[in-house]
Amino acid sequence: MKADASKAFRAFVIELGVYAVFVTGYFFLVLHFLAGWLQDIHLHHVRIYAFVTIVLIIGQAVVLESITTWLFRLIRGRSE
Amino acid sequence: MFFPISNSHISPLYLAAIGFLIGVLGGFFGVGGSFIAGPALRAVGLDWNFAVGTDLAHIVGKSVVAAKRHRALGNVDLKLGLIMAVGTMGGAEVGAQLIQMLKRAGNVNFVVSIVSIAIYLSISTFMIWEAWRTLQFQKKRRPRTKTPGTAAKRDESSFSHRTKAIQRLRLWPMISLPASGVKAISLWVIILVSFIGGLFSGFLGGGAGYIRMPMLVYVLGIPTHLAVGTDLFEIIISASYGTFSHALKGNVDILIALVMHTGAAIGAQIGAISTQYFAGPKIRLAFVPLPLIGAAIVIYTLFTGHKL
Repeated sequence: MKADASKAFRAFVIELGVYAVFVTGYFFLVLHFLAGWLQDIHLHHVRIYAFVTIVLIIGQAVVLESITTWLFRLIRGRSE
Repeated sequence: MFFPISNSHISPLYLAAIGFLIGVLGGFFGVGGSFIAGPALRAVGLDWNFAVGTDLAHIVGKSVVAAKRHRALGNVDLKLGLIMAVGTMGGAEVGAQLIQMLKRAGNVNFVVSIVSIAIYLSISTFMIWEAWRTLQFQKKRRPRTKTPGTAAKRDESSFSHRTKAIQRLRLWPMISLPASGVKAISLWVIILVSFIGGLFSGFLGGGAGYIRMPMLVYVLGIPTHLAVGTDLFEIIISASYGTFSHALKGNVDILIALVMHTGAAIGAQIGAISTQYFAGPKIRLAFVPLPLIGAAIVIYTLFTGHKL
């Protein structure tokens, strides 16, 4: 039981580490380039901004869900 | 990190950590987590209007991740979720109109605070009583099984006799919800439940999962695991509508929401997977502190005048 818990915890820490690398890259690459454009449409094209907001958050959710699912399977070797 | 849309400086690690915490809670309980996200964004200096709108955008993303995971686990009733989305949006509009009426009357803060405290305390008290009774009943009746995903998903409630009486109401049109194991229930009951959820969402803010999830279980008779997953699916639709509406008013900093969501994505997966290891009454018992936290925040705001 204790061995299982420590194995699960170790797998979780590895997942977090790999995920953190992905996310850090994402912060610097995507958000950095998007910030100026998003600020501009927020100020001048509010309808487009509202639409882009929904697309971005759902798009990111779908991508991150796939990444986290892939990481869970890769590191634990099975589908949770 | 500087966020130009809301003109604020916030640590991305702080945002991801808050997102992670809310993700775990949301994935496990099927709630949006506004009662934590709103105060947490306010605490780092974000204006209230941006805190509300940005939180809604983040809720959309978190709910997509958690609902996808719950769907993979067989915990989402799509038919029920779609019907409920209609009632929720109608209720949210009426709730928002009520707020405008109270604003004009000049006593919005006091009325909303008292109503929310009463609601939060009632939900917690009822759920403690019901979950505790069910667990005691189960203990007396049979030995515990610990197989995740099988026995854990079998759900019972000491309130089920009332739920069955509600399901027997013959108000046309009657519909069936095979995914939730409900043979027949009036469409109007579902609409009413979602309308009340939406009403509280529009009236008190946030996704109102703290009231919708218990109503799904106790009024409609949906098993707890399915109630969590279906509530999350329904939140995607209603929170998207709220996000769009707030974004049109300039109240959403999507960059903050995207950063928060990086933490929420992994938290929501963990929360959703964890539901497999707990039986329905235990999830309901663990749910109890959430409305109490909401009540504590409102009481603090009411007595100190500082909005968290």
